[in-house]
Amino acid sequence: MIAALICVISVVLFLQFFISYSRSIIAAYRMSELSEQVREVVGIEGQEVNSDQFGRLVQLVRLCPQKGDDRTDLKVVGVYYWMMGILRSAARQLAPRVTSWAERERAGCAYFVAVALDRRIAYSRDLLAQQMSDR
Amino acid sequence: MLGPLDYALVVFGLVAETYVVVCLCLSKSSLRYLSLSVYMLAVIGLTIAQDVALLRFGVSSQVYGYVYYYTDALLTISLFFVIMSFYHQVFQQMGVGKYVRWASVFLLSATALFSYLVVRRMPSHHLTNRFVVEMSQNLYFVGVVLTYLLWGAVVKLRETRTRLIQLVLALGIFFSADAAGYALRNLFPALEPSFLKWVPPMAGLFLPLAWAYTFTKISEDARLETARVALPRMAAHQHS
Repeated sequence: MIAALICVISVVLFLQFFISYSRSIIAAYRMSELSEQVREVVGIEGQEVNSDQFGRLVQLVRLCPQKGDDRTDLKVVGVYYWMMGILRSAARQLAPRVTSWAERERAGCAYFVAVALDRRIAYSRDLLAQQMSDR
Repeated sequence: MLGPLDYALVVFGLVAETYVVVCLCLSKSSLRYLSLSVYMLAVIGLTIAQDVALLRFGVSSQVYGYVYYYTDALLTISLFFVIMSFYHQVFQQMGVGKYVRWASVFLLSATALFSYLVVRRMPSHHLTNRFVVEMSQNLYFVGVVLTYLLWGAVVKLRETRTRLIQLVLALGIFFSADAAGYALRNLFPALEPSFLKWVPPMAGLFLPLAWAYTFTKISEDARLETARVALPRMAAHQHS
C-alpha cells in the first residue's frame, strides 16, 4: 500500500519536475526573436511558429553545421514535445483546456527549434565568411 | 554479470561528476556550492569503492550488496545537505538562515530515526533484498518531498536565479525517478531484471549531466521568471 502510494506520488512529481525543467530550457530561447531569413526559409509569418512544423524544423537543424552547444537542449525539448503530443491526444475528449495548453507547449517547442536553427544559420554564415577571408 | 552498458554508465557518470567539481573549483561561486562539490567528490569516491568491491567480490556477492546499498543510502542522506544549502540560498534574503540550520539538524535526526524504525521492523537484521529496496525507496521519497517543498518555496518567493531553478528541478527529477523506480521494484520484483534495474544508474547519470549543463551554459547572473517555468496551477498560486 505504502509502496503504491509512493509510486503514484513520485511519478506525478517526476512529470511535474520534468515539465518545469523542459520549460526552463525553452524559456531561455523564448526571449530571442526570429530573424527575417529563418522566417522566410521556414515560411513563418510573424513571431509565432506552428507546432506541426517541429519535425520539419528538426530536419533543417540537422542539416546545419553544429555549433555544439544545443544538442542536449534539442534532445530534452524533443522528449517534451513528444510527451505533450501524447497529453494532447489523451486529453482531447476529456479536457479541452489541457489540450489547448499542450498545443501551446508544442508550439513553444517548435519556436525553440526555430531559434536553434536561426543560431546555426548565423554560425554557418560566420564560418563561411571566416573561410572566405582566410583565402 | 555486468554488461558494457553498465560500465559505460559508470564511466560517463564519473566524467560528468569530475567535470562538475572542476567547473565549481574554477568558478567564482565555488563557496556558494560547497556542499554540492563535497557531494560530487563523495559520489566519485564511493563509486570507485563500489567498483573495487565489484571487481574483488563479484556482482552477486553479499559484500558488494552491502557496499552498494549502504554507500547509496549514505549518498542519498548527504544529498539532503545539498537540498539544505539550496533552502539556505532561497531563504537567504529573508534572514532565516538560523532556522534552516535547525531544520537540517531536525531532518537528519528524523531520517536517522526513520531508518532505525525501518531496520527494527524487519524480522531479521540481515541485508535482505526487500529491506534495501524499501529503505532506498523511503530515503528517496523523503528527498522527493523535500525537493518539492523547496520548489514550492522557489515559486512562491518568485526566485529568479536560473541556475538555482535548474539545479533544484534536476534534483527533483533525480529523486522522483529513483523513488518511483524503487517503489515499482517493491511492487513488481519481476520487472527488476528487465527494466527497473536501469532506473538508478540512469537517474544517477542524469543528475551530474544536468548539473554540468547548468554550470556550463547558465551564468550566475542569468534570470528567469518562475511563472514561465512552473505549471499553470503553481504559477496561479504565485500570483494569489
